[in-house]
Amino acid sequence: MNIDQFKQVSDYEWHIAPFGKMRVPAVIYADRALLTEMDEKVYEQITNVATLPGIVQAAYAMPDAHWGYGFPIGGVAAFDADEGGVVSAGGVGFDISCGVRTLHTGLQAADIAPLKQRLADRLFAHIPAGVGSTGLLRLNAGEMDAMLSGGARWAVEEGYGSEADLDRIEEHGCMAGAEPGQVSEQAKHRQRDEIGTLGSGNHYLELQEVVEIYDIKAAERFRLRQGEVVVSIHCGSRGLGHQIGTEFLRRMVIAAPGYGIELPDRELACAPINSPLGQSYLGAMRAAVNCALANRQVITHLTRKVFADLVPGTHLTLIYDVSHNTCKEEWHTVDGQTRRLYVHRKGATRAFGPGHPALPNDLRDIGQPVLIGGSMGTASYILVGTAEGMTRAFSSACHGAGRAMSRHQATRQWRGRALVDELAGQGILIRSPSLRGVAEEAPGAYKDVSAVVEAADRAGLARKVAKLKPLVCIKG
Amino acid sequence: MIAARWEHFPHQADMGVRGVGTTLAAAFEQAALAMTAIVTDLAWVAADKAVEIRCEAPDDELLLVDWLNALILEMAARHMLFSRFEVSLDGHRLHATAWGEAVDTQKHQPAVEIKGATYTELKVEKSESGRWLAQCVVDV
Repeated sequence: MNIDQFKQVSDYEWHIAPFGKMRVPAVIYADRALLTEMDEKVYEQITNVATLPGIVQAAYAMPDAHWGYGFPIGGVAAFDADEGGVVSAGGVGFDISCGVRTLHTGLQAADIAPLKQRLADRLFAHIPAGVGSTGLLRLNAGEMDAMLSGGARWAVEEGYGSEADLDRIEEHGCMAGAEPGQVSEQAKHRQRDEIGTLGSGNHYLELQEVVEIYDIKAAERFRLRQGEVVVSIHCGSRGLGHQIGTEFLRRMVIAAPGYGIELPDRELACAPINSPLGQSYLGAMRAAVNCALANRQVITHLTRKVFADLVPGTHLTLIYDVSHNTCKEEWHTVDGQTRRLYVHRKGATRAFGPGHPALPNDLRDIGQPVLIGGSMGTASYILVGTAEGMTRAFSSACHGAGRAMSRHQATRQWRGRALVDELAGQGILIRSPSLRGVAEEAPGAYKDVSAVVEAADRAGLARKVAKLKPLVCIKG
Repeated sequence: MIAARWEHFPHQADMGVRGVGTTLAAAFEQAALAMTAIVTDLAWVAADKAVEIRCEAPDDELLLVDWLNALILEMAARHMLFSRFEVSLDGHRLHATAWGEAVDTQKHQPAVEIKGATYTELKVEKSESGRWLAQCVVDV
């Protein structure tokens, strides 16, 4: 990307003043190197987002931003319903509420070293991953609707986890305003046997070791100690979310001209929040958020069973669960005024700072855990939301490394078997149904997650707390 | 005239599918082959079982996305992969048969699941030489 197109505000903040049909500026948070390497498409997409009706303050891109659909991945934009603001199916994406949760095991890396192979094999055997895999549950119509209304709360009521888990999930495990009646039969059919499955692509379940602590106070509050093992689960709303995304994108593309919305890119398909289609999408999208929360909750249950069998007495407790692809109704202060906004985060993490009422009581004074997933073989990070971050990008941070090269390039550069062996040499065990899938997800195909996290920290989006190194990776 | 063919084109996070043929229907068939090839090697998928697909859209480009999304839904809901396609078009109405088999992890080594066909890099056009091209990016 040509950085002469930007006005540099600080070492980590770059602005594009409105031009053409842009209603607000566009802002990218990144260091010079990350910005230079960013695809030119990010510039095009973020300035397109800035043209959408009712957008507030600015269109933002996080340090991990890359070429997405309509919105860049790593894009954040908020809309005011009372000013003609829109909700965009493209701004949420296909994998609605894809996200990460991280759990304590209370075990030391040294404790599990002799068990690593068995843990890897057992987790791979018990957690359905990859194309065509199905979960243990089969939901009938009534159960499907209960799951879509209840989210992780539904899962807990069904016996998958405990009340304590719900406290550590955004929306307390249940997204309000979900309307299962707005979800098509096709979407429900696609989901009927997919609850409790990881999916494929960049989704994973990892055992990780806490290898570095940056913020002792926050780490203590999150109960992160050097040398301890945590479990991270990255997956989303499975077929149901994909189908809802597909169907509403189409409906919004066709309906946009009727609403007087000129789309610079069809993938930005949107509808006014205050319209039947906008409301219908919000109801369906929230149901998909619940589907993702239920999915991660059931996978957590399966993981706990494996640990209970192999390491009796282990208690896996949830640190936090964040979603990356969402549109959420939130209150934010803009120019001294508190306003109700619909915040789209496409490949971005919410990062509420201390004192935010949405945080659980025992974390309210410290801030929200922000979980940043690595890519197979590279580090993951835990950050914490800050007061400063609440004034930037509507309390949002990056979500992961972000791809640096296409799958095609990756398969030309790496072979799955060689990668698995190489990572095993570094003490990282990979289990996957597909070696080609492993090659496409090669760590080298992603940006340097450490540079992305450093930029998020320096830009004031969230503060670094701990670094995690993978030990075992179950790859879908 | 070059025979029908398919290819992939790069997208930073995902994959583009491109079908080329002497007719629009042939280009649509080729784009579908390109999509299966994202998941597995086409030669590994037996064309045993037939599934009928119908869809209709306001224009050719939306019809391509609808066609690929209809296939993605069938792949996901039936846990199948398809390796042979026959498309017939009547204006912007499509009727097709897709042949394939159930996903077998050992046999197909599926690399990635397809989430949806997108409007990104979406193009359906006839070149001066009379060949049809149908392409878009699919989200994986």
